Amino acid sequence: MKKITAEKIKEAVKEACLSIQYRYSPKMEEVLKDYMGKEEPGLAKNILKILLENSDTASENRLPMCQDTGMIVVRMTIGQEVQIVDGSLREAINQGVREAYDVGYLRKSIVDDPIFDRKNTKDNTPAIVYTDIVDGDEIVIEVAAKGFGSENMSALKMCKPSEGLNGVRQFVLETVKKAGPNACPPLIIGVGVGGTMDYAAVLAKKALFREIGEENPDERYANLEKELLIEINELGIGPQGLGGKTTALGVFIEHYPTHIASMPVVVNINCHMARHTKVVLK
Amino acid sequence: MIQITTPLKQEVLNQLQAGDLVFISGTVYTARDAAHKRMFEDLNRSGSLPFDIRNQILYYVGPSPTPPGQNFGSAGPTTASRMDVYTPTLLELGLKMIIAKGYRNDTVKQSLLKNQAVYLVAIGGAGAMLGKCVKNSEIIAYEELGPEAIYKLEVENFPAIVCWDTKGNDAYIQ
Ligand code: SF4
Repeated sequence: MKKITAEKIKEAVKEACLSIQYRYSPKMEEVLKDYMGKEEPGLAKNILKILLENSDTASENRLPMCQDTGMIVVRMTIGQEVQIVDGSLREAINQGVREAYDVGYLRKSIVDDPIFDRKNTKDNTPAIVYTDIVDGDEIVIEVAAKGFGSENMSALKMCKPSEGLNGVRQFVLETVKKAGPNACPPLIIGVGVGGTMDYAAVLAKKALFREIGEENPDERYANLEKELLIEINELGIGPQGLGGKTTALGVFIEHYPTHIASMPVVVNINCHMARHTKVVLK
Repeated sequence: MIQITTPLKQEVLNQLQAGDLVFISGTVYTARDAAHKRMFEDLNRSGSLPFDIRNQILYYVGPSPTPPGQNFGSAGPTTASRMDVYTPTLLELGLKMIIAKGYRNDTVKQSLLKNQAVYLVAIGGAGAMLGKCVKNSEIIAYEELGPEAIYKLEVENFPAIVCWDTKGNDAYIQ
């Protein structure tokens, strides 16, 4: 049995948390530049330019790109041949988050209870952790720092099966329209369709871990992603909601079998930060 | 390039038009959710705020911690609608400019109009760049709230876009 220490997991989580805060991913930068090129001279173009400059300023000064440095979401797939030794997995993850938010001068944005007191935990823990056991002898750790300006504008609808493709389309467009400037467009749209009410949300979040430009392997879904992206950008909301062609940079859909009686749809909105990364421990 | 300096002048505010990109230099106070809640507790208890809000600029922000060697942390705007319930009272007390991001409700917009105040939006996600516009900062109230404390900032060429002007024009496509 392969052994991986809790310490190694902690370090990986810490490094991952720090690697996503001070610069856009190279792919994201490329996509933003493309869209900037497509905007007419004016406010929309200027805003995209400022966002790209912000990424430079952030990395040069080691300031996070955005002050909302997010809640950490970790998706782990653990090979069943792996044993985690010398410590607890959950504690290792939270310790990684704690150390990253301390040394990285990142904002601690987590409160200990959603209703009562809402006391800041002061170290940005706990993280949201999903684990999955799979074949193999490695651990894949995906880490995202999710901002809540966009998270707050996400939505769920238990559609009727008869609403079909159009139901999904309408709900995605409606949710993006409602989000408007609040979610800091340009946006990344994660859509989860199928499963149960809760699982559709898990799928929508999973979709947000995709690298920009990556398509759904199922051609029907890949086409729907492309069509939705065009339709969203035709809404004219634009960067920061002030008008323009760039409302979203990507639409990612994840799907799963569901019940004969339903078609759950969740739209999880992300902003252009799209802070996420992946580490493989062998 | 439109420059705005503090103290604010009503004539200058009246000339601003929804959609204008402006650069602000001078004094700005910060407050977000928790600070608003506390300001209202203070108002109810003692009838006054921890600072004189007349003719001031309020910026909804919860900055990231200031790293060594920097003047301030990352400091982009937070979503305004959460402050809607508090805003008309502050406008009645003489607040003249709010900087944040996102939609305001009709009550806030009408109160802005009535008090001849303006709502500007800063660029969400440009926190590092906006933080670099802060040359000086001082916590003036509710220090225990950490990033949610009220800071008095001195900013230079802080970019923002006029969203709701004194004539009631809205820069957001709704
Ligand atoms: S939605 Fe994104 S860009 Fe906007 S404040 Fe939150 S993390 Fe920053």
